[in-house]
Amino acid sequence: MRVLVCVKRVPAPGAKINITEDGQAVDATNLGHTMSPHEECALELAVQLVEAHGGESHVLTLGEAAADEQCRWAASIGVNKATLVDVGTQGWDPQRTATALTHAVRSIEAADGAFDVIIFGNESADTGGFQVGIRVARALERPMVNAIKGVDIVDDGAVLEARRETDAGMEVFRLPMPCAIGVKEGITWPRYPTMRGRLASKKLVVEQQTSDAAQGGQTMVRLNRPEEKVSETVILGHGADAAPAVVELLKELGLWTEGAAS
Amino acid sequence: MSDATSTSDFPTSAKVVVIGAGIVGNCLVGHLARLGWTDMVLLDKGPLPNPGGSTGHASNFIFPVDHNKEMALLGVQSANQYRDVERSVDSGGIEVARTQERMDEFQRRMTSAAAWGVEAELLTPAGVKALVPFINEDAILGGFHCPTVSVVDSLDTGTLFRNEAIEKTGLRVFANTEVLDVETEDEPATGLRKVTAVVTDKGRIDAEYVVIACGVWSNRIANMAGATIPLVPAVHQMADVGPIDVLAETNNEIGYPIVRDMDTFCYERQSAGSMEVGSYAHRPILHHPDEIPSNEEAALSPTEMPFTPDDFDQQMEEAIELMDMLGDAEIKYAINGLLSLTPDAMPCLGETTEVRNLWSAAAVWVKEGPGMAQVVAEWMTHGYPRVIDAHGADIARFYSQERNDEHIWSRAEEHFNKTYGIVHPAEQWEHRRNLQVSPLFSRQEDLDAFFFQARTWERPQWYGSNADLAERYGVQEREVEWDNRWWSPITVGEHLNMRDNCGVVDLSAFQIFELSGPGAVEFADYLSVNKIGPVGRATYTPWLTPDGGFHSDLTMHRVAEDVVLVVTGVFDGGRDLHWVRKYMPKDGSVIVKDLTLDISTLGLWGPNAPALLATITDADLSQEGSPYGSLVNVDLDLPAGTVRGTLFRISYVGDTGWEIYVPWDDAPKLWDALMANGRDQFGLRPTGGGVYGTSGRIEKGYRLQGAELESEYNPLEAGLARPKVKSADFIGKEAYLAAREQGDPEVHMCTLTVEDQTDSQGRTRWMQGGNEPICDADGNVIFDSHGRVSRVTTAGYGPSVGKHILMAYLPTAHAEPGTDLQVMYMNELFPVKVVGTGAPFDPDDSRLKS
Amino acid sequence: MSAAVLVVIEHDRGALADASLEALAFGRSIAEQLGASVEALLIGAEAAGLADACVAHGAGAVHLCSNSDLSDYGPEAYGAVIAAAAGALSPAAIAACGTDRGNEVLAHAAAELDLPFVANCTDVRIGDDWEMTRVQWGGSLNEETRLTSSLPIVSVAHHAVEAEEVAPGASADVQPLDVTLPDWVTRSLVQDRVVLSEGLTLATAPVVVGGGRGVGSAEGFAVLEELAAKLGGVVGCSRAVTNNGWRPHSDQVGQTGTRIAPQLYIACGISGAIQHWVGAKAAKKILAVNTDPAANMVVKADYAVIGDLFDVLPAITNG
Repeated sequence: MRVLVCVKRVPAPGAKINITEDGQAVDATNLGHTMSPHEECALELAVQLVEAHGGESHVLTLGEAAADEQCRWAASIGVNKATLVDVGTQGWDPQRTATALTHAVRSIEAADGAFDVIIFGNESADTGGFQVGIRVARALERPMVNAIKGVDIVDDGAVLEARRETDAGMEVFRLPMPCAIGVKEGITWPRYPTMRGRLASKKLVVEQQTSDAAQGGQTMVRLNRPEEKVSETVILGHGADAAPAVVELLKELGLWTEGAAS
Repeated sequence: MSDATSTSDFPTSAKVVVIGAGIVGNCLVGHLARLGWTDMVLLDKGPLPNPGGSTGHASNFIFPVDHNKEMALLGVQSANQYRDVERSVDSGGIEVARTQERMDEFQRRMTSAAAWGVEAELLTPAGVKALVPFINEDAILGGFHCPTVSVVDSLDTGTLFRNEAIEKTGLRVFANTEVLDVETEDEPATGLRKVTAVVTDKGRIDAEYVVIACGVWSNRIANMAGATIPLVPAVHQMADVGPIDVLAETNNEIGYPIVRDMDTFCYERQSAGSMEVGSYAHRPILHHPDEIPSNEEAALSPTEMPFTPDDFDQQMEEAIELMDMLGDAEIKYAINGLLSLTPDAMPCLGETTEVRNLWSAAAVWVKEGPGMAQVVAEWMTHGYPRVIDAHGADIARFYSQERNDEHIWSRAEEHFNKTYGIVHPAEQWEHRRNLQVSPLFSRQEDLDAFFFQARTWERPQWYGSNADLAERYGVQEREVEWDNRWWSPITVGEHLNMRDNCGVVDLSAFQIFELSGPGAVEFADYLSVNKIGPVGRATYTPWLTPDGGFHSDLTMHRVAEDVVLVVTGVFDGGRDLHWVRKYMPKDGSVIVKDLTLDISTLGLWGPNAPALLATITDADLSQEGSPYGSLVNVDLDLPAGTVRGTLFRISYVGDTGWEIYVPWDDAPKLWDALMANGRDQFGLRPTGGGVYGTSGRIEKGYRLQGAELESEYNPLEAGLARPKVKSADFIGKEAYLAAREQGDPEVHMCTLTVEDQTDSQGRTRWMQGGNEPICDADGNVIFDSHGRVSRVTTAGYGPSVGKHILMAYLPTAHAEPGTDLQVMYMNELFPVKVVGTGAPFDPDDSRLKS
Repeated sequence: MSAAVLVVIEHDRGALADASLEALAFGRSIAEQLGASVEALLIGAEAAGLADACVAHGAGAVHLCSNSDLSDYGPEAYGAVIAAAAGALSPAAIAACGTDRGNEVLAHAAAELDLPFVANCTDVRIGDDWEMTRVQWGGSLNEETRLTSSLPIVSVAHHAVEAEEVAPGASADVQPLDVTLPDWVTRSLVQDRVVLSEGLTLATAPVVVGGGRGVGSAEGFAVLEELAAKLGGVVGCSRAVTNNGWRPHSDQVGQTGTRIAPQLYIACGISGAIQHWVGAKAAKKILAVNTDPAANMVVKADYAVIGDLFDVLPAITNG
């Protein structure tokens, strides 16, 4: 089984995200970099699928040269190969990104063979465009469902059963392979690299690509920080003594039913 | 505790505001409360109990053995305070060696362990494996095991100390409160400023005292007040790997001894089911405080910066080599943790030199936090720390050239990788040299001088051009490289030549402060134990702490009716100048001026010194015309012209002669004239610090501030008490009188000679003066009733005595001349004999009188 | 009158998703700027019954595509319908709500049409260009963006606008939309369902009682369960809790978990990390229970009780 997983290098900020003076990017000075939790789970899934079914896993990323770090992270937990589409530090819009990734997938497949599954994170941690994976899958004419939180390979490897969470339970999709999915955090429990894994990942050869994909129709003008709600917190009291005040509040909100099951 | 969300009860004034609620700030308010302080406020910009500073991510273990006395004893003191609040487990700890050099270092560590009364043993690789079954014994040569190595809970301990202060004194605590400014006012008479208030985002607090215990942020806060706390936030990488079954099975936070892999500069410390691997091996990574993210901006906490794995790869390989199981454990958490580094690797404690009542309790790690907090609390309370002499940590030690970022960063970069290094007691810095040089520097370079740096000052330790003297006197290199390191046989040659002929010593690094004005003499007397003499006299005197211990020893020169010069050593100039400013009258009756760079000093000593000096002056150089302790202003007739100078008849080396004070720019003229007139006719040689500071001095048993003289000892113990006490008041007088009342002191500063320097391998060894313990005939380390250990404060070969000489405080029972004792050096005992409280060389001072 | 703003209505086998009403409100705000009307697109025969609700919320017309291939939800099928509707109806813009389904179907349609798609807008300003504000970083940042497109396709961030009934009681004129779908679209229809819970869910409960690291253990959640039961709510948790294995990931409130919008969120022993906050901030009111008055959650909450949740919660439960 051949599995491709796509990840995006993003800064790892805290609660307050600073913006560069020109408003064009997150100020990542002294921030580490990571990928979205969805993508961490996607990586883990790729490794698990290959562990279970044999084959090869491949990580693909588009971004600055420093995304080499995310490729090696992937390798350190067991991903076999890596391709980096180096587009510099300027963020690319979703259409352009999808075009470049599609081209990259085709070139990898031309060299190594088709992928049975392409795994994306549900959305990126930063721009959250909710579309790149879908565009790539569409261009490659493969079925694609987003928001997946469980998978199994069924029908002798012909079908990927993908489940997604709803309010009431799970929806089940049966995607003929080759296919693509966008996964959400929770689908796997991502492992951390071991020391040996980290050391081995240094030997990974990251295939470098460039792209001449054309710009899409969406152009970021600038980033802003939304205004925070500034409200004085009403302290209802301390410890158990505060209970009557809380009950009053619940009554006010219409959420308290006297004599309800307790 | 106050609600941080409500500002209505935010105080407008307090006696003390402590900024920073890490281990130091918390322990500080606790200790201040114990000492009776009230009306205190503790602030932190982060939340409690973990405000996001270095305390929150510390590895929290204490190895009690250090070669430095302050660090070792405050480490032990701190470990005991953690034990007192039951937030400590004695896990034990083992330093392992991969090299023979490290095995030799372990012998030195055994010696220091003995000095500080810390239980320790050397282990074979098999012995290490018996305690740490998962270690690869083939990777190591042996271990140094300390059973009392402890793992502490610094956050919880901080909370307990803080709560104690809340309960005892109603300490008010405000988390999430950011300091925006520290306000000061001018104090014109002293040139200092005085702290007045702390401005925060919750309001302004008028404060009499402000203490900065802000860890890596300390310099930024100090700068708000126009003060400096020279430290830099630096990265210490740490990775937590696990789970590991053998560790999890202990069901314990720590079940195995901590392993310090000394030669790879790493440690492995169990943390419940996983192992923390920490490193001091990576490249130095320094940050400016402004680069540290806020609590809100940080992904983890502000001081847990993003891990840079490339810097850690080699350490991983070495860790796996030592403990194979680590290789397959997952790296669950890895950080570039920040800690504080200073230019000289010592903490920054005490009142800032720029702002009165603004105190620093910074550059302190968890391992010494409670003890250092106690030091600062006592200092604030009693005017000096009581638990230990803390001159090495005194923030006043830094000169201005040591307080800028360029210097702080360079030095921090240089010493970071020495955290687990093998550092020789005399080791010199490589970078940031020639910061301050004497007016004779180029001449000394021409003479192939080997310079030692004293804080910022370059001083010749010996002159390569004197190599012929070593040959003349048949002096050999020392047999063992360690003993020979940072030493030269030329020193012995220079010494013997001075005794036979004469030598000139460049003393331009003397720190000279002028006290002038109508109150100058009275103030000078207030600082000094001994009475300031009349015009034309200089007085050697201790300066005591309020508790009657040594703050300093120096000479006070009455150069005019209302002018006294304070002349002190370069290691203590900063501390002494601060002491002057701290105590000087605020009525403007005294003006203090730093003349260090206006006056240069040359020491000229040896039997030919008077004859040589006579070639350039007509002054009466006889004992009558220029008696010991006198200051005589003279014209020096030099080829380059007449120079006005002052002759101070004194000697720190045991031969007759003078300190000659001349204007800074005239020093080369004097030097040239002495060399021209003296070299052939009088056997004059330039003579280095090896003679002045060690061999000449120790043959005479002269004491040195910071070595023999510390605040833990008084003049009686040091043998510097005079028969009478002057009537005028002086700092420490009450305590000094009380000590005199008690009669004979318990210990006496003694000189000892090493009777046999041969070690078990048949090699001749040379003690370095690095706190080597003195033992009785049975090999027991000698302690007095206060727990003060008898240890070597200075060691040096006495060429004119023909023996290696040691200085140490000895209890009366052991201080009798002729007593046979032993000294431990490199974990071996060598026989020594007590000379007594006097000098081994020329005990009657006959050479000074000639 | 110019072309309409076409709003894609989300439903599950005929049950209207509330998010659709937000999409209609959003569609109206665009339509007002264009001087256009709003039209609703219902996909699947089961959705026929939703037409009146659409009209009540401002749809001037309702299109229903009841192609027999649309036996259940399928992202590719729905995307194909929307793409076909774009051709058939020539709308001025296409909008939906930025839910899992809403974003997904618009992305499929945009891919099919090879047009840009702007997800999770909070505001659209139409001048010479379309300019919009959209959320990045799960709502921690806003992006000002410019859209150049022959047919703007946009979703509105969930909970960013309020649904509003503007024409109560109006009845709909449902226009069938006949499209031909390619065969392959059925490959990604929902094939089956696993029902895990009946009734209240994190996303729909009027009260959520959330627990964080301060709960201390899986067992500690009992007091939260009791209060939730009393109030007719459900229990949620922070990412720290999921990471510790105390609760399943499906209980996680946050950026990468479920985004909630209850009447009241009671956050117990939760420090208020951004991950959690962006998932909880749409709650109408927040009550924090925490021992630390300085905790981020306390500072950001409308109400707080300072104290140990194990004291506070039982006292409330017992009235």
